[in-house]
This record gives sequence, structure tokens and C-alpha cells, in this order.
Amino acid sequence: MPELTYREAVRDALAAAMREDDRVFVMGEDIAEMGGSMGVTQGLLEEFGPERVRNTPISEMAIVGAGIGAAMAGMRPVVEIMYEDFLTLSLEQIVNQAAKHRYMSGGQVTVPLTIRTQGGAGWSPGAQHAQQLEAWLVHIPGLKVVFPSTPEDVRGLLWSAIHDPNPIVFFEHRLLYPVKGEVPERLEPIPLGKARVLREGTDVTVIAIGPLVHRTLEAAQRAEEEEGISVEVIDPRTLQPLDEETLVASVKKTNRAVVAHEAVTRMGFGAEVAAVLQYQAFDYLDAPIERVGAKFAPLAFAPVMEQFVVPNAGDVLTAIRRTVGR
Amino acid sequence: MAKVERTQALSDEALRHFLSEMLLIRRFEEKVEERFRAGDLPGFLHVAIGQEAVAVGVCQAMVEGDVFASTHRAHGHTLARGTSANAVMAELYGKKEGCSHGYGGSMHLYDVERGNFGANAVIGGGLPAVTGAGLAFKLRDEPRVAVAFFGDGATNIGTFHESLNLAQLWKTKTVFVCENNRWAESTPGWQHSPVWDDMSKRALAYDMRSVKVDGQDVEAVYEAAQDALEHARSGEGPVFLDVETYRMHGHYIGDPQVYRTREDRQEAADHDPITRLRERLGLSDEDFDGFDRQAHATVDAALEFAQNGTDPAPEDALANVYA
Repeated sequence: MPELTYREAVRDALAAAMREDDRVFVMGEDIAEMGGSMGVTQGLLEEFGPERVRNTPISEMAIVGAGIGAAMAGMRPVVEIMYEDFLTLSLEQIVNQAAKHRYMSGGQVTVPLTIRTQGGAGWSPGAQHAQQLEAWLVHIPGLKVVFPSTPEDVRGLLWSAIHDPNPIVFFEHRLLYPVKGEVPERLEPIPLGKARVLREGTDVTVIAIGPLVHRTLEAAQRAEEEEGISVEVIDPRTLQPLDEETLVASVKKTNRAVVAHEAVTRMGFGAEVAAVLQYQAFDYLDAPIERVGAKFAPLAFAPVMEQFVVPNAGDVLTAIRRTVGR
Repeated sequence: MAKVERTQALSDEALRHFLSEMLLIRRFEEKVEERFRAGDLPGFLHVAIGQEAVAVGVCQAMVEGDVFASTHRAHGHTLARGTSANAVMAELYGKKEGCSHGYGGSMHLYDVERGNFGANAVIGGGLPAVTGAGLAFKLRDEPRVAVAFFGDGATNIGTFHESLNLAQLWKTKTVFVCENNRWAESTPGWQHSPVWDDMSKRALAYDMRSVKVDGQDVEAVYEAAQDALEHARSGEGPVFLDVETYRMHGHYIGDPQVYRTREDRQEAADHDPITRLRERLGLSDEDFDGFDRQAHATVDAALEFAQNGTDPAPEDALANVYA
């Protein structure tokens, strides 16, 4: 199987969708000549031209809103919000407009819009360039929310997102862009709403998203080698709709659960997963569900402070030990 | 600022049709006020009594395939673009037969078949989408235009500025219709905008073609709209219609308008666009009453239709969340 970086995998899905369907076009800040602030859209301008690869002004409301209108008028736009911190500027359009048109029209309208964005700590950008806000969007009926962690998943899921008739917020992670992984020879769509079991185990289930998937795999390896703990690792990949069945089945097997994400723990996505698990697998749980996430503070600039706040593999390992020790 | 040349006067027949449309909106909204005050209608409602010439003038100039986004004051735009009074009234009653099947209500009237991309209860909320629809029409080289209705209050919100900038930058097939009634809820224009008496300055800042129109003169609105739509349709770029109009009633039904002087309300009443059109046509009382009876009959039938409509099942609330 060929290898792609996460960045190349996103680009590959975008280019494939644009080749296949004239209705697909991309717009966002600095995505044309510059190829995006993360280099994701490099080469697209050369292949598809300026009509379909559109540099926008710094106008997050208009970027998302124009995407909504173009989608309602029959296009399949993919818009890029450079940092998910800036997604906050377009939330009115995402929450009140994109998520509501189908509903408020009684089913007359579809908004096949994909909103790509990225964030993530680990490079000292400070408090306004690295937040993880995926939980905000999962709270909104009408939106689908995707957060892939591997090149194969990001390619297959972005393809599915672009072809889905609903508005989708598609989270990427800055530190994952250079990560390499095997991908199928031909792009294979991955259905939204299906979790992936990345590692099978019997003692504890860790449900992780984004970069925490990789940190969890590292922790799982250490738990196995150092303490003989067998860890099952699951990435939901799609946060809404959520593949509850796979998560619950795993916890019924292992009887212990840890949820892990880079976002702040309080009201994070893991809180919802924990609620789902305790309700559907209450009689199977042998220990309280552990939560791993960022400490309750904005992201500090100084690397030592940033590292203190953001969860790492050691934090996941500690949570695994805590739940297995009860 | 561009001047609209009056190439040819509209026929009396066309103007009579406009009158019947304007009267339908007026009588419809008066009935809505009455039923709301009687406690018959859920939610809260905003009428555009006094602004009928804007809705009819612009919507009559639009053609099949054009789309628009409306505001919280949406009854007139929706009726003027051809959605039946039955479907609009049924929506206000929350019935399945409503134009949004009971999911929207007065502030979220939709009718995609007739190009109604939705009335928006967030001020300025629909402007970016209209820009995007105009972009889609341009990208596909289609002779279609997307029209945004909004009030003077919307000219202060970010979506307005981002949309005008993007639309002009990309020359999208969009027409922005600013219904300047000089009130943002209870706040007068002079308190909310430094250019309240000349909103076209907003468009000039984005180098956008701008046309000032007397919004109480349906003929003038129609001609300006036709010119603007043609300009946008041909791909020459968006147009800003600076339409000066009057809100004869309160912000919402039941608004005591304590913030408004008697003189101001009288001034609005003196600028009734229906009276003006009637005088323009030189209609006798008898002729006018004929139009009026027809409007009343349509509204009465719509009310009966709506009151006898089908209630959605409670669990229908869970449908249409996703496509």
C-alpha cells in the first residue's frame, strides 16, 4: 500500500472530488497561490484554476455564508477556516444558518457544505491559534462533525463529507499533517458514523480522538509491555453521528473505559461519551470512566506551561492504570 | 450613483396587478395582527405595513430561477413572489400545509420552488448566502440572480459588510435591497448609523453600483429593481438598492411604540404606498373596493384554510434534522 502524509491525504481527497464533480470548489484565506497556511491546498490552483480555488478576504462569516448559499444553489463547496479559533467568527452562520436551513424549511433545502478547519497545541502558538472546539459543534443538531486521526481516515472521510447532503464541520489537527500512514491504492470512501478499532484488547477501552489517538496507541503499547495491561483503542472518527454501538460493545467486553481528547476536559466530547457509556453499559462497568483532556486554562505560550496543560501519552497511561487499579 | 432612466411607463394593467398584490399583503397582515391580538397565533410576528411597494416592486421584477432571502418581516416578500396566502397563513398557524410545513413560522418562511431561500430571524443572517448563491450562478454562467432583503438596521452588522465586499470583489449575481424604514426595532436611524439618511454611502465604500429609490412608489421600485437585476444577471456585478420606505406599524405586533412621536407615525401614514398607487391610477371608490373585496376574500379563505389545517405530530419535530 502507498504511504501518504495526513496533509497529502486531505489534498488527495480534495483533488479527487474536484476532478470528479464540477460542483466542488474550494475557498478560504490564502489557499490559492500560497496553498493554505498548512500547505494542504498546494497545487490545486495550478490544476483547477482560480475560479474553483478561491482566495477569500479575511471574512470568516462570508466564507462560510457564501458556502451555504452556493450549496443551497446546487454547488458542493469546501470552505477552509484557517484556524478553528477563527471558526468562532463564523459560528452564527454555522449554527443559525447552515444547521437550520433544512429544518426550518421543513425539509425543502439541503446544505451540502464541508467546512474544513484545523487546530491543536504543541508548537507554542499561544491562546488564540490552537484551541480544540469540536465539542461546541457536536452540540448543534443539523451538523455532522468529523475529526479523523490518520491519513487513510482523513482521505476517506473527507470524500464522504464532500458527498454528504448535510453541512459538515471537518476538524484536522496541525500536528497530524506530517504524520505518514498507509492508504489504499485507490481512494476508498469511509462512511460517516463508523468508529474504527485501532487496537484490540481485553482489560480497558480507550476512546480517543484526533492526536490523542496516537498518544493513546503509544500509552497502550507501554501498558502492555510494562504492565501486561491489554488495551483496546477506538477512534470514533465521526463525533456526530456517533457510533455508540461499537463503543458500548467494546466497554461491555473490557468493563473499563477511558475517554481522551486534546480539548479541555470540562464539557468536552469525552463527557458525552462517558454519559453514553454509563447509561448503556452501567452493569458492565467495573470502575468509574476516566477522562483525559486539557487542564482548565487557556493555552499558554511558554512551552513548559503549554506542555503542562495539554494531555500526553503519559496522562493516558496514568488514566489506564487508575481505572485498571480499581 | 446610477440614475434609472424611465424607458417606458408601466401599463395601467400592470399597475392594477401590482395594486392587487399590495392589497393582498396589506389585508393579509391586518388579519394576522387581528388573529395575533386575539391570541389565535403562536410565536411573535412582525408586519411590514407601509412597505408593500418594496416587496411587490422587487418581486415582480424577478423572474423564474431567481432566488431571494428575506427577513423577520417576510410575509410581503413571500406573498409577492407567488407563494399562496393559504400556504403562508397555514405556516403562521404551525400547520403541515404551511410553506415551511410548520417548522419555520412567520420569521422562517421558505418556498424553494419559488426561489424563497428562507426568511431569516438573525439580522443580516441571509446576506452571505445570497452572495454565495450569486457566486454559484456566476460560476455556472446561469442567467439567475440572488436577491437579499434587509433593513437599515442590518447595515451595521458584520455579515452586511463582509457580503458586500465579497459580492463586489467577485462580481456575484446578487442584488442587495436595503429597505430603509429608518427604524431598527425602536432605535431611530440617527442613533444607529452615521449615514442613516443616505445608505448608498455604504455601497459606495465597496465600489458597488448603488441606486436610490422611493420605496413608496411601486413603479419606481419595479423599474429600479428591473435595472438592478439586469445588471447583476449580465454578470456586470451586484447592485445595492437604497430603498427609502416607511414602517407604518410597530416593530412587532403589540409594540406600543412609546419611542415614536405622533408626528412620526403620521408622517408614515401620509406615505401609504397603496393610497399613492390608487391616486396614480385614478381609481374610483367603486373600482378600489373591487380590488379590496378580492384581497379580503383571498385572506378570509386563507384563514379558513389555515385554521382547518393539519397539526404536525409532536414527534415530527425529530424529522428534517438531517437530509
